[in-house]
Amino acid sequence: MAAEDLPSEFDVVILGTGLAESVVAAACSRVGQRVLHLDRRSYYAANWASFTFNALLTWIQEQQEGPQPEQGKDWSSLLNDGEELIHLSNPDLDSITNIQVLSYASEEDEEVPDTAKEETSANSQLEAESTGSREEESAEAEEESAEAEATNTKGEEPEVDQSHPGASSGPSEPTRKKISYAQLLKEGRRFNIDLVSKLLFSRGSLVDLLIRSNVSRYTEFKNVTRILTYRHGNLQQVPCSRADVFASRQLSVVEKRKLMRFLTSCIEETEMDQAYSSQPYSKYLQDQQLGENLQHFLLHSIAMVTEDTPTEAGLASTRHFLRSLGRYGNSPFLFPVYGLGEIPQCFCRMSAVFGGIYCLRHSVSCLIVDKDANRCKAVIDSRGQRISCSHFVVEDGYLGSRSSVTTPTRLLSRAILITDSSVLPSDSEQQVSMVTIPPGEVCQSAVKMVELCSSTMTCMPGTYLVHLTCQSVGSAFEDLSQLVTKMFQTPESQEPGGRPSVLWSLYFNMADGSVPGVEGQGLPSNVHVCSGPEGSLDHEHSIKQAELIFQRILPDEEFCPPAPNPEDIIYDGESPTPSAEEDSVKEAGQQEESGGDLKEAGQQEESGGDLNPQLDQ
Amino acid sequence: MQKIYEAELSFLEACLKVNPKSYGSWHHRGWVSARLPRPDWARELSLCDRCLSLDDRNFHCWDYRRMVVKVSGVPVDQELEFSDRLIGSNFSNYSSWHYRSTLLPVLHPQTRQEPPHASSPRGPQSHRVCEEQLLKEYELVQNAFFTDPNDQSAWFYYRWLLGRAEREETISCVYVSREDERVAVAFSRPINARCVGLLLVLDGQPLRVEWRSVHPRFRHSPVLICDLPPGTINDVTNEHNLTVHWTGNHTHRDCALYTGRVESWCRDTATDQELFRSELSVEKTSVLQSELQSVKQLQELEPLNKWCLLTIILLMRALDPLGYEKETLAHFQTLKEVDSMRSEYYSDLCCKFMIENTILKMEYAEVRVFSITDRNLTSLCHLDQLLLVTHINLSSNRLQRLPPQFAMLQCLEVLEADNNFLENLEGVYHLPRLQEVSLKNNKISTLTDLQPLASCPELKRLDLRGNPVTQAASVESDLAELLPSVTDLLL
Repeated sequence: MAAEDLPSEFDVVILGTGLAESVVAAACSRVGQRVLHLDRRSYYAANWASFTFNALLTWIQEQQEGPQPEQGKDWSSLLNDGEELIHLSNPDLDSITNIQVLSYASEEDEEVPDTAKEETSANSQLEAESTGSREEESAEAEEESAEAEATNTKGEEPEVDQSHPGASSGPSEPTRKKISYAQLLKEGRRFNIDLVSKLLFSRGSLVDLLIRSNVSRYTEFKNVTRILTYRHGNLQQVPCSRADVFASRQLSVVEKRKLMRFLTSCIEETEMDQAYSSQPYSKYLQDQQLGENLQHFLLHSIAMVTEDTPTEAGLASTRHFLRSLGRYGNSPFLFPVYGLGEIPQCFCRMSAVFGGIYCLRHSVSCLIVDKDANRCKAVIDSRGQRISCSHFVVEDGYLGSRSSVTTPTRLLSRAILITDSSVLPSDSEQQVSMVTIPPGEVCQSAVKMVELCSSTMTCMPGTYLVHLTCQSVGSAFEDLSQLVTKMFQTPESQEPGGRPSVLWSLYFNMADGSVPGVEGQGLPSNVHVCSGPEGSLDHEHSIKQAELIFQRILPDEEFCPPAPNPEDIIYDGESPTPSAEEDSVKEAGQQEESGGDLKEAGQQEESGGDLNPQLDQ
Repeated sequence: MQKIYEAELSFLEACLKVNPKSYGSWHHRGWVSARLPRPDWARELSLCDRCLSLDDRNFHCWDYRRMVVKVSGVPVDQELEFSDRLIGSNFSNYSSWHYRSTLLPVLHPQTRQEPPHASSPRGPQSHRVCEEQLLKEYELVQNAFFTDPNDQSAWFYYRWLLGRAEREETISCVYVSREDERVAVAFSRPINARCVGLLLVLDGQPLRVEWRSVHPRFRHSPVLICDLPPGTINDVTNEHNLTVHWTGNHTHRDCALYTGRVESWCRDTATDQELFRSELSVEKTSVLQSELQSVKQLQELEPLNKWCLLTIILLMRALDPLGYEKETLAHFQTLKEVDSMRSEYYSDLCCKFMIENTILKMEYAEVRVFSITDRNLTSLCHLDQLLLVTHINLSSNRLQRLPPQFAMLQCLEVLEADNNFLENLEGVYHLPRLQEVSLKNNKISTLTDLQPLASCPELKRLDLRGNPVTQAASVESDLAELLPSVTDLLL
């Protein structure tokens, strides 16, 4: 691709491969628009991306090195009369800040010193291999000194007085074989570490869109298996479904009845609800005679709102939660196997199937704007080619200073931990847990925590991947490290206990995409801005944004109609042969079997597949 | 052979995939599996598990699974875990609860203190569960009905837990009448006079007698009668000792007829047997009391839940039927209102409990008078308990008939049933001592309705005022012809 020039004319040029951009790309391609989809980065999904452990280390390094200085070229030669330029900037400039890496895993495998050496050598071999095999990833130079990485990072964060990592993680629990840092690197490809942490509501707009557009065929999901909450220093399972309530050991039978009654009754609106419309939801819950325990569950874990959220909003989110419950299993949430980064990529794939052209490491330097019409006529890509387009969709980060000048930046604090056991061990090791930590419990703001097990294909067997997210007050480390110290075993933890040990952790702040966009701030009318990930648990914001943009571009077209099976598509001049027809029938059958992922009855995510593997033998 | 059958199995799998609830497919699968030379039961079990995970109430699959478990000998404790799992994922499942009820007595049988003398003929296995496990089950099922009190499967299981009491099979009463030279015997369950080995021993001598039920309409009856050969016991100066042997059950009951007495009986009273409590349980009172407390707690939260109300009624009856009578009646009233579709069922149940209470009261008072008036009775039951009653007053109820079972009142002398809707007197049949019948204000419209009365030899007084039949033209003469013994007829 590198040498060839791109076509010089598209209907829609999209810059950035985040969720909203990718959905717009899929939607536009689907209805026959010529789409060019670019991303300056070497990977898909922008700040929605998932990385292997090794790729994440690369990403960290890139972030810390800062952007390469871009030489401002003069593109005015490409301008015609009545046109002017808008320069775009580097997307990663502001969106990620305060990166901090702490590694607690021992450098070498302590338990079996004999094999340690061997492992290291195997390790480097594997790295070499992965470097070679992966085109998308830039040279993984730092992997040679992967061990130095952590120490390096620490050096850059002098304000944290921290004992030397690795050295401090003494053999506190000699019974359990610790996973060493070398192992993390060796098994690094088993990780799919998301930059954002979100879940899909089973009846949320993203799931609806995935089903409606048939994009769901590109990915698989797992049910979140339990909802936990942190209260008075303890983790408790939140009973939210009928089966949970039945099985719960913490609730008295009377509480069970009260909770069930509340949950069933709140699905329908009553006049009583209206009486509380101006009052906070917490007050409404108080007046339902539910008891403190249940109020906590309902407010923080089910509605996931704060004390002062109005009743109307509180009830709405409670209902949303309840509607999603039971569609695919015992919790309202789904998580994509291989990580959230899969989802934007699925939409990109759909766009590509319908003719969208994709280039990574390829950006747009300038927009060419018709001064009179105030419309973007064309773009100049990073190779200096002028490409005309009727619409330009862009990730807000590329607009750089334009957005941050006008609005105060709000940030999200993120922490990503690799741990060696679950925060709440249970019969099954393969639990996907959603944990809510109410504001004031440890941190100032409410923290949402998702703990992923290895069967989600986001971490290596024997480890758990923990994502923490909250609205920033200070830096991510300031906001979250206290909670991490409390819930997990780190060298800083005061008292030892049976808590999971943190092997590796990453803290960083990310720009909050829910900040009102820069739409209409002097931008041409056919330039559409997509915001990055925001702090909420769901994807409603981005999906809504994508749909709005699509409707602005193509007001008369349907948004993501069901895509036909690839085999059903008859290309121009090609007559459907009988064999092709047969194939498509067969394919349809297979779809039904393998694509059970998002079908209502398919409650057996856990057991994998449906009846067929058994019956087909 | 193996191959042919295996091919058949995979064909059946395809069929079941299309219709997982086909009787034919499952039955055929059972047939094939049973004939398979090298059956793979583990595979069959996992097939069942898959099917049940798709639809945990597929009873065809449940049936098949039970067969597989039986043949392949899966340990009971594993099966209980399986049931735990299914109930855990969705407790609205009769099949799993029922399965539990078959597993628990095997896995946690009650340790019996008393010698196993009265082993029931229906099965050597006790259907009771040891107390420790029972308490766990109570907790489990309470969780279920507190979570969803409208789900009936849990309530049914709860009732099973509470009501496992088995009554011992006994001869509850032997009655002998010198004058009629007749013996009447009441049993703990209806038995067939022809099939059950009954032996009557009089003064040490076995006696050949013909046992018959009290009414030709039914063969099985809890009360059987027999006539002794004429002249065996009619001399008042003689004392006689009778023994009735229920040979099939190795039980017997003696009865002595002393000098100068015209009748005699020997029996266990309903109070002795705690008869009406066993309807629910012979569980320790303390357990029942705490169960009642928790169900009442639920009722406070769900005052209109019918299952809850019904269970409260049953528990109250098990604990103290007379003490809770008022509350029971109030709950029945609520039940009829909240579940009007079943109001007749509740009425009948309420009748039954009222009759039981009246029997208890009668026995505490040690009288032979049974009176239950103005109670909206719609049906009669427990008539076998009234074998010795001489006076019965059923006035001012809503009875439409005196059923054939009424003929079990072998000692009845006076029958009052004014102000009912009676139109059928079938049960007033061969009552040897019946003298007075008062049927004022009923719905007796034809002479044929009165026909059964003709079988009562001692009937002297009959009050038919306020019945349509009195309007007939020649009713008086017709009645005189039909009932020649009646001397006192009120029309």
